[in-house]
Amino acid sequence: MTQTDIEKGAAAASPYVPKMARIVAADQMTETERFFRLEMEGEPLAYEPGQFVGVTVFGVGESPISICSSPTQGERIELTIRSVGLVTGALRTFEAGDRLGIRGPFGNGFDTGAMKGQDVLFVAGGLGLAPTRSLIRYVLDKREDFGKVTILAGAREPNLLLFREEIAEWVERSDADTLVTVNQPDKDWKGNVGVITRLFKQVEIDPARTCAVIVGPPVMFKFAVLEALAAGVPEHRIICSLERHMKCGVGKCGHCQIRGVYVCRDGPVFTYEQVKRLREGI
Amino acid sequence: MLPQVLKTSDLGAWVEALMAESRVAAPVLKETNVSDPTDLKFGWQYVPDPADVRLDYTVTVLGPKKFLWPPRQKLVRYNLGAGAEPEAIIDHEPHVLLGVHPCDITAIATLDAAFAKDVPDPHYLARRSDTAIIGLDCGAPCDESSFCLDMGSLYPESGFDVMLTPLGDAYFVEVATQLGEALVEAAVVRPATKQDMEAHQAFAEEKRSDFHYKLPYELKYLPEILDASYDSLVWEAIARQCFSCGSCNIACPTCYCFDVYDEVEVDLSKGCRVRRYDSCQLDPFAEVAGGENFRQERASRLRHRMFRKGKYILEQTGRVGCVGCGRCERACVAGISIKDTYVQIAGSR
Ligand SMILES: Cc1cc2nc3c(=O)[nH]c(=O)nc-3n(C[C@H](O)[C@H](O)[C@H](O)COP(=O)(O)OP(=O)(O)OC[C@H]3O[C@@H](n4cnc5c(N)ncnc54)[C@H](O)[C@@H]3O)c2cc1C
Ligand code: SF4
Ligand code: SF4
Ligand code: FES
Repeated sequence: MTQTDIEKGAAAASPYVPKMARIVAADQMTETERFFRLEMEGEPLAYEPGQFVGVTVFGVGESPISICSSPTQGERIELTIRSVGLVTGALRTFEAGDRLGIRGPFGNGFDTGAMKGQDVLFVAGGLGLAPTRSLIRYVLDKREDFGKVTILAGAREPNLLLFREEIAEWVERSDADTLVTVNQPDKDWKGNVGVITRLFKQVEIDPARTCAVIVGPPVMFKFAVLEALAAGVPEHRIICSLERHMKCGVGKCGHCQIRGVYVCRDGPVFTYEQVKRLREGI
Repeated sequence: MLPQVLKTSDLGAWVEALMAESRVAAPVLKETNVSDPTDLKFGWQYVPDPADVRLDYTVTVLGPKKFLWPPRQKLVRYNLGAGAEPEAIIDHEPHVLLGVHPCDITAIATLDAAFAKDVPDPHYLARRSDTAIIGLDCGAPCDESSFCLDMGSLYPESGFDVMLTPLGDAYFVEVATQLGEALVEAAVVRPATKQDMEAHQAFAEEKRSDFHYKLPYELKYLPEILDASYDSLVWEAIARQCFSCGSCNIACPTCYCFDVYDEVEVDLSKGCRVRRYDSCQLDPFAEVAGGENFRQERASRLRHRMFRKGKYILEQTGRVGCVGCGRCERACVAGISIKDTYVQIAGSR
């Protein structure tokens, strides 16, 4: 480390200062999840599917949140936020016209280049649909770049299912197979019932050319990986997005560290092959 | 600049001259009423009076890290209400750290690398580039807890502006940078003579014979030895004693993990984002929403610290994560020793 390295760094802009964004649409999707569409007040955000941002509620704090839109949709970014605590709870009252702070984008995002020409199987449970949706939208918008597209989505109950209308549109599409299941149906539910892994029986997987993108709560993740492996999908083409405690997003604060890896910088997207080697990964 | 000599009796005048230019931090005596002189407790602080400087100190409870990276640091300020207009708070002024031992010089180099790499952190680096470091060489180990020789921190080649070597009633003064030259210009020094140089050499030779290796292997093998120990029950065995209090992290000169939170002024007109030291030994450190905690077991947290110090930081920054200062062991109520741990895992396969 030379003095000049230190000086160069001292003059750099602080990575901790949020940029301002305005909410252009807000929608209470479920009891606990709120959807936001944001417009940056300065430069639009350049991002990849699978990346995340730090969302600031001024006076309250900041939380890492996945971008759930795709860059193919234009300059606005979309977020789906589950209210679980201080920051995410405060966001429940935010409406169109309100302003937030945004840092990022952070993380590696999905390797869309490596998926090109492949079949893509999405397995998204619960809130896992938020980060997955960024890639689903991307793949559907660049449909000719990919092989067969299969979307498996699951929720505990029908009223907890995110992006219901959009999923209905995906179901209608002839160039993608979309299956939805809930663990506990209500009286109006006409679709599949049971855990998401049951849907594997209904789809055909060509293991030689399939990328399985699996995002959801840890238990779901484990069983879905098992199904993908059973179908013959190799470990390096099973892809997931990890959640960790994060405070900085730039590889400094140490909170997101799994052994030698910083999830905020080296992830949050990893292959199962990588996660397995991390040991503390799942 | 060729080596100079500063008489011990002229140190006070030099400190006073330095204090006229900027603040000077140095070790001072914190606790005096002890029966055994080796129990004297020294601490780093901004010097109120040149007479308080104690360059005869053995080891300080905490290192000089706090001058570069305060325990609590404001990062961003913003308005509450219509326009938040967040802006960075980069708070620094020139200061001198006087009497930094080799282990702490090495520790600062680790922090420098960590905060400069990838995304630079100007909140640290601005303070760092405004910091002059006057090193002070050690002639003998501070105590049983230290293992700086093993960790390669006993002979720093850079990271200081001036290096002082105590030679009886004088200091041998070596200048490493231009800034160092300017500092030494404020002192009453004379060029080192042949005898001074011989005395300096003799000090170095005695130093070499006074320090002994405490690990049964070379530092370069430590990352691999740690890897081999990953599944060992040794972590659970050591963790039985651990209280997960985090004192080890607080005492460590290379720990740089932090927590971030927001604060609001009483009149609700402004807020700021603050970071403070955090500890990987505390239970919520790796917890996420939904209560999932990926290092729930105390043993896995203890192992994480030992791996971070011996392997991860080295791999990330190219600098040692542990400088062998022994502070974590001295701070630990349970007497957990990183040195003994690194010895104990040597046999793991
Ligand atoms: C890469 C990434 C992407 C995420 N994407 C989304 C998303 O799209 N939608 C969504 O609703 N949530 C997402 N989360 C989770 C979200 O960040 C946490 O729920 C949020 O930070 C909780 O903050 P809070 O202030 O509301 O809760 P708090 O009151 O601070 O705490 C509530 C709980 O959340 C945990 N938590 C607190 N801070 C963090 C943090 N910085 N990182 C992780 N967990 C934390 C606490 O340990 C506690 O268990 C994501 C997390 C990560 C790491
Ligand atoms: S100081 Fe000792 S008891 Fe406390 S967390 Fe560290 S190792 Fe455990
Ligand atoms: S881990 Fe312990 S011995 Fe190593 S630098 Fe930190 S306090 Fe010193
Ligand atoms: S979030 Fe701080 S290091 Fe990853």
